[in-house]
Amino acid sequence: MKADAETLYGMIVEFEDVPLLMTAVSKCRDFGFTKWDVHTPFPLHGMDRAMGIKPTRLPYLVLGGGLMGLAAGTAMQLWMNAIDYPLNISGKPLFGIPANIPVMFELTVLVSALTVFFGMWSMNGLPRLYHPLFKSRRFRRATQDRFFIVIEAVDPKFELEETRKFLASLGGNVIEEVTENPED
Amino acid sequence: MKQSVIDPLNNTVDDPTRPTELVLGGQSYTTITETVADIALEQKTPKAWYVAFAFFASLTGVLFLMIGYLIVTGVGVWGLNNPVSWGWAIVNFVFWVGIGHAGTLISAILFLLRQKWRTSINRFAEAMTIFAVVCAGLFPAIHVGRIWLVHWLFPIPNYQAMWPNFRSPLLWDVFAVGTYALVSLLFWYTGMVPDLATLRDRAKGRVRQIIYGTLAIGWRGSHRHWHRYEKAYLLLAGLATPLVLSVHSVVSFDFATSQLPGWHTSIFPPYFVAGAVFSGFAMVGTVLIPARQWFGLKHLITLHHLDNMNKIILATGSIVGFAYATEFFIAWYGGNPYESFAFVNRAFGPYAWAYWTMVTCNVVTPQLFWFKKIRTNIKVMWVMYIFVNIGMWFERFVITVTSLSRDFLPSSWAYYKPTLIDILTFVGSFGLFFTLFLLFVRFLPVIAMAEVKTVMPIADLAGDENRPAGDYHGDIHPKRRKGDK
Repeated sequence: MKADAETLYGMIVEFEDVPLLMTAVSKCRDFGFTKWDVHTPFPLHGMDRAMGIKPTRLPYLVLGGGLMGLAAGTAMQLWMNAIDYPLNISGKPLFGIPANIPVMFELTVLVSALTVFFGMWSMNGLPRLYHPLFKSRRFRRATQDRFFIVIEAVDPKFELEETRKFLASLGGNVIEEVTENPED
Repeated sequence: MKQSVIDPLNNTVDDPTRPTELVLGGQSYTTITETVADIALEQKTPKAWYVAFAFFASLTGVLFLMIGYLIVTGVGVWGLNNPVSWGWAIVNFVFWVGIGHAGTLISAILFLLRQKWRTSINRFAEAMTIFAVVCAGLFPAIHVGRIWLVHWLFPIPNYQAMWPNFRSPLLWDVFAVGTYALVSLLFWYTGMVPDLATLRDRAKGRVRQIIYGTLAIGWRGSHRHWHRYEKAYLLLAGLATPLVLSVHSVVSFDFATSQLPGWHTSIFPPYFVAGAVFSGFAMVGTVLIPARQWFGLKHLITLHHLDNMNKIILATGSIVGFAYATEFFIAWYGGNPYESFAFVNRAFGPYAWAYWTMVTCNVVTPQLFWFKKIRTNIKVMWVMYIFVNIGMWFERFVITVTSLSRDFLPSSWAYYKPTLIDILTFVGSFGLFFTLFLLFVRFLPVIAMAEVKTVMPIADLAGDENRPAGDYHGDIHPKRRKGDK
């Protein structure tokens, strides 16, 4: 497959072996690529450091979601049972904290969990059903038993021949160019 | 790792110097993928599957017929009578919700405790949770009588300008079970996305590619994604842990906050949670053993896994037994004549047969799991699981019915008997549960492939030095730990 340089998405290199991949990833990080990624069938630890990824802000988002759930749960019960339609049952307080704890707790957990779920997928830019990488047959093994490093063509340090040489020096199996709109 | 056993699939001999191998038979990433993905994609559906599916789908049909009959006729078709106004509907509800708990325990609590053996069974267990909660949710919905007013359970503005009473434990139930169902579903689906992507990438037909592709929402194993994904998974586990403990506690409040002797006890929340985990593990085992047999998963769901599950059944079963004893002790020690009557009545009254069935199944049976021979014998343990399932259903029956049928006023006592409709509805709920389960084992990744790959001993990477990173979090690759800078 001969790629047209203008529609080139990037270059992928395949690995079979985890330690070799780890070393290669560190080299890519040190080379100074910014638009690049590693695709693996399962999470590899130490990879964050090898790639130089900063910790995600997701937990703060979830903390916010949880607090919102708590506030909403409290406000809802206060409004419904004590203000809008006060129900006097056996002379118990209209808004007693103990009786309201279960619903407060459940809504805290519910909104937190929804924030985790939707927050994580949207931060990852998913759902995204089409991606140039899916056009590569070889890349299908990224969800099975192979590991890939992908350098995107938009990376400022990307030079077709230079990058190919660099990737070849990493010790991976096969280097492949992936285009944005290849002919099948 | 050398093990002094003849059976290559027996990894129940503990060598304290090495972690137990959780994946047997010299598997590689490739073979794991093939084994699991081919169940959904390549394998010819076993004939037994069709037979089982036809059978359970018919039972599901019976369930919906019964529900239809109930709706058009009214709750009079059930065996409820004047003192026993809560019958099988609530018993079945508590039973099914309890079943679900093992799934969350395996997926969330064992995850936080870094019990790596959970990886092979968590997908099964989580699926079971969701299907059990589906069955559970059915009963409160249909038992309200006027089912077309079921939305009154929720705080939705309605034409009466009235709100639900948040001081009622029955309303807490709505929130607890609703949250539980939704969070379990999110957890299950989040865990499944990478595996659905594997199925998408292996699927041959166009239709399957589209379906799995849509479900996989474009997952491509990017490490920048994995990075957030793992954090999200950890957060979901952290949220699901207190949630699962809260759910059965709230369910037990339905009973414990009432004034009825035998219900009004503070031991209920922990005792219900232990019982839930106990029954849930038994149900996981009930479905896991045939599945691992039929789909050739013995090297992934090993005897070590089953052995560990049986130990949890033993532990929680003992807690349940201890709780029964404590209830009796407090009934006597508390000096409340109604309370002590309720308990003597349980053991020696008209429902003694149910009580002793429960004790035999829940207290005596699990004690056999002290013996390793029994913990590692597939056939025996499966029979034991059935006993536990029966026992835990009877526990809910005993709690609900004995206290109601003989309360404070002897003139209002009555004996409760289920009708055929009650029985068929309950049997039908098993049909629904197993139908969903059969669909799951046929079409979805039954084992969390991505997770299993993280706990594999890799044959071609000798020594711990090169062992790939272990669990989903915190387990730093040995090489990286020494610092690469």
